Amino acid sequence: MRKLIFAPVAALCLSAVATGATEIAPLDVSFDEYGAVAQSLSGAPGDVDNGAKLMNKGAGNCIACHVVTELSHLPFHGEIGPSLDGAADRWSEAELRGIVANAKKTFPDSMMPSFYKVEGFVRLGNAFTGKAHQGDVAPLLTAQQIEDVVAFLMTLKEE
Amino acid sequence: MKKLATLATSCALVASMVQAGPDEDQLIVNDEISMVTEVAAPAHMDAVDTIYSGWRFRSDETQAFQMDDFDNPGMIGVENAMVDWETADGSEGKSCADCHGAAEDMAGLRAVYPKWNDAMGKVTTLENEINNCRETRMGAKAWKYDGGDITDMVALLSYVSRGMPMSVAIDGPAQPTWELGKELYYSRTGQLELSCANCHEDNYGNMIRADHLSQGQINGFPVYRLKNTKLNSVHARFKGCVRDTRAETYKPGSPEFVALELYVASRGNGLSVEGPSVRN
Ligand code: HEC
Ligand code: HEC
Repeated sequence: MRKLIFAPVAALCLSAVATGATEIAPLDVSFDEYGAVAQSLSGAPGDVDNGAKLMNKGAGNCIACHVVTELSHLPFHGEIGPSLDGAADRWSEAELRGIVANAKKTFPDSMMPSFYKVEGFVRLGNAFTGKAHQGDVAPLLTAQQIEDVVAFLMTLKEE
Repeated sequence: MKKLATLATSCALVASMVQAGPDEDQLIVNDEISMVTEVAAPAHMDAVDTIYSGWRFRSDETQAFQMDDFDNPGMIGVENAMVDWETADGSEGKSCADCHGAAEDMAGLRAVYPKWNDAMGKVTTLENEINNCRETRMGAKAWKYDGGDITDMVALLSYVSRGMPMSVAIDGPAQPTWELGKELYYSRTGQLELSCANCHEDNYGNMIRADHLSQGQINGFPVYRLKNTKLNSVHARFKGCVRDTRAETYKPGSPEFVALELYVASRGNGLSVEGPSVRN
């Protein structure tokens, strides 16, 4: 369990060192009044392919709630949120980053989870064990994973 | 502009949905017991007009298991409990039947539980009452709150009430417990910050990944799930749903889950007692 949580963080540190980029911690993210986040969270460019993987699996699991035609080879897309087809026509990169990091800043009271948030939870559990969480809280997605998902979303154009 | 585009995509989405909302099927068990699976919502519910049994959201294949007792794997639990009903246990050498007569004489109880218990000064569930009999009247050990023995016994008590309308009382001394349950129902918990209402009030009928969301009603409990091939109690289901929000769950039998059970049961007032039902 530990390993699973820390592995992505370790990978992230390596890539940050390699590119000399600095990461913005969850508590330091600045959202504008509409919920957009202008600055890259990792300081490094996002990886579209990895973003596509995160849409499907692990803590991202975006298609649990959203239809994405581009990912129609994967089974079972949910219907809770709107289809993400054409998301990049509707939103700028900064807006998408804000929505993925903390959708409630863009859509108040949204059902969409906040993927780059570490405090203010009620009865926070240790992943899916049902037990209480102990120690530092890792966000659902790392800074680089957010950038990867945003990079993938930026490819969703219809116009 | 943004709004328009979103609207257009959601319309496309609606058009592509295979299944939305409950289906139109009717549940008649053994060609004999006609179940109310759809009825006007009780007056205390603001956001929902019509309530539906979870059966209406399952596939035809899953639904079929519940239409005939010979096909219903949950009936094994009922049969186990029929044996326990007649079997003396504990220091007093008594069985349930010694005090209560035939199990059929308990018809109607499932429909009114959880219920205020004056002697205990709190709202109790059928599980609480079963264990109270075991400990204080039979001199037997309490069963594990959500274990197999007790869940089978609750299945038997549901079986003898099948077809009767759920009608738990939410006023009088039970009201504060009901209010607590309501508060829990609308609390967004865990790292995913989801409440029962997010899934079962705002999104019933929609798919969440591979699951077709129902209203999360408990009139069908205990539920035999094809997924874990056993009868599941109400509190075990609550625990699973809370865990899935990445939250610390409450314990089966805890005052919080008893309150939540009373509240959720009251959202199903008017639906038929269906247990043991079958779900995927
Ligand atoms: C539990 C459900 C849920 C999950 C999981 C979820 N979302 Fe959402 N999302 C929503 C809802 C609901 C909305 C609509 C906004 C609102 O609340 O009004 C939304 C809106 C959006 C929007 C704006 C949609 C548009 O086209 O205007 C984007 C982009 C988005 N989500 C991306 C994501 C990504 C990327 C992930 C995964 C990292 C994700 N969502 C995970 C529920 C979810
Ligand atoms: C993240 C979404 C989600 C949340 C939050 C959630 N549930 Fe569920 N629940 C499900 C899914 C999926 C199922 C299985 C499909 C169905 O029956 O709706 C389910 C099933 C149920 C069932 C079984 C219904 C039946 O007919 O067998 C009950 C009861 C239930 N939920 C109650 C609750 C309660 C009470 C809460 C809050 C403590 C809750 N749920 C929170 C997703 C959720």
